[in-house]
Amino acid sequence: MIQLDSIAWRAGSFRLENVSFTVPSGRYAVLMGRTGCGKTTLIEIICGLRTPRAGRVIIAGRDVTHEPPAARGIGYVPQDGALFPTFTVREQIGFALRLRKRPADEIAGRVASLADELGVAHLLDRLPQNLSGGERQRVALGRALAAKPKVLLLDEPLSALDEELRDDLAALLKRVQREHGITALHITHSRAESAALADVVFRLSDGRVCEVPSVADEPEDFDGSEAPRVPQP
Amino acid sequence: MSARRAWLTPFWIGLAVVAGLYLAFLVALIGSAATYTTPHQIWESIGSPEIRYSIGLSLVTCTASALLSLLLAVPVGYLLSRGRFRGKALLDTALDIPIVLPPMVVGLCLLIFFQTSAGKFIDRVVPFTYTVFGVLLAQFVIGAAFAVRTMRGVFDHLSSRPEDVAMTLGCSRGQAVWLVTLPATQRGMFAAFSIAWARSLGEFGPILVFAGATRMKTEVLSTSVFLELTVGRLEASLAVSLLMVALALVVLVAVRLMGEKL
Repeated sequence: MIQLDSIAWRAGSFRLENVSFTVPSGRYAVLMGRTGCGKTTLIEIICGLRTPRAGRVIIAGRDVTHEPPAARGIGYVPQDGALFPTFTVREQIGFALRLRKRPADEIAGRVASLADELGVAHLLDRLPQNLSGGERQRVALGRALAAKPKVLLLDEPLSALDEELRDDLAALLKRVQREHGITALHITHSRAESAALADVVFRLSDGRVCEVPSVADEPEDFDGSEAPRVPQP
Repeated sequence: MSARRAWLTPFWIGLAVVAGLYLAFLVALIGSAATYTTPHQIWESIGSPEIRYSIGLSLVTCTASALLSLLLAVPVGYLLSRGRFRGKALLDTALDIPIVLPPMVVGLCLLIFFQTSAGKFIDRVVPFTYTVFGVLLAQFVIGAAFAVRTMRGVFDHLSSRPEDVAMTLGCSRGQAVWLVTLPATQRGMFAAFSIAWARSLGEFGPILVFAGATRMKTEVLSTSVFLELTVGRLEASLAVSLLMVALALVVLVAVRLMGEKL
């Protein structure tokens, strides 16, 4: 479960006020909103990369508002993957387990099974500059899942990809979320992405979050850009 | 009109002429110095015990001061690039002081500082004034300022996002910087080290004022050029100058090969 309770944040004239919403355990939530409305700020507050002025962040029933990112038990996939520039794919996926000083054979096993699941097993010795956009996002997903986090936070993971890759990766995201039984929060400005992935949809606008009863009630793509075609997995 | 002909306009030809004249001037400067003397004379001058000492001291002090500059530049460059704090603009400006101060003034400031009670205390523990350590300190003051500038630029051009992800995966900020960010700055660190090294090699004013120019003691290559010139040995002065040109070119090419800019 991910719960935000009366979160407030301010930077200059930009502000988030009294933001509260709950993503139930094991559900795939999509948070929609226009570019620049504060979606990324909100996900950074959940990650612990930004400190809210007020309110609480609760993850899996535990108040983590004042805990560092490392202690929150989260997996985070940013927009461009943000892979570590000097790490091979194998090192990226094994990173969280290496930090936790797990035995080498356990790390190797986990890396191999995640790489198989995400279709990157043939790329394990490559560096990020030798990966395509879709491959990078798959590796970023594997890296986020390796330590078995309770929640997965995805910041526009499909927006930098072309249409065909977007469809594939959307299907993969949904399958992985189901199989791992993980609670996911995915932010996007695309209605089609939301329709394909979401169990529950929230909308952030004017600094507040409200639940959207049905994706069909949402206006067409907030950015005015063409909505991507995403099939139901 | 072909793409090649499109460039043959008075505008681009004018720019090419200006750039060409400047390049020709630089080549003429170094070329005339290189052809003024003979390889035999250069070899003979460089072989003298004083110049050999000066070469050795220059290489050791430049390397040490560049390493110290890098040790300072990595944390301070990171702070300036990623830190958000009150007084950042002031710190940023203050760190440029050694770059804009006239070199002789830097030397004089060092000399005067070591006449204060704090300076005298430091001098009793590690003697700086008119010693080899003084050479090192004078080189460090200028080299570090350039290294800090370079490292700040390196961190500015590196996304902080991988570091954020590392923190969500279990790292503290320090671990994230050490494990993820610093390995990605190796080329930048090499550039910062090289710039500090090259600046230290050319350092003259502050060394002359603060460490003196005593033969076989505090004489480095730049002071050798000056000392040889003052006693009228133009060939020896030129030989040392050409050696410095060669070292500077090696640094320039090495940094460019690593894909960085000075």
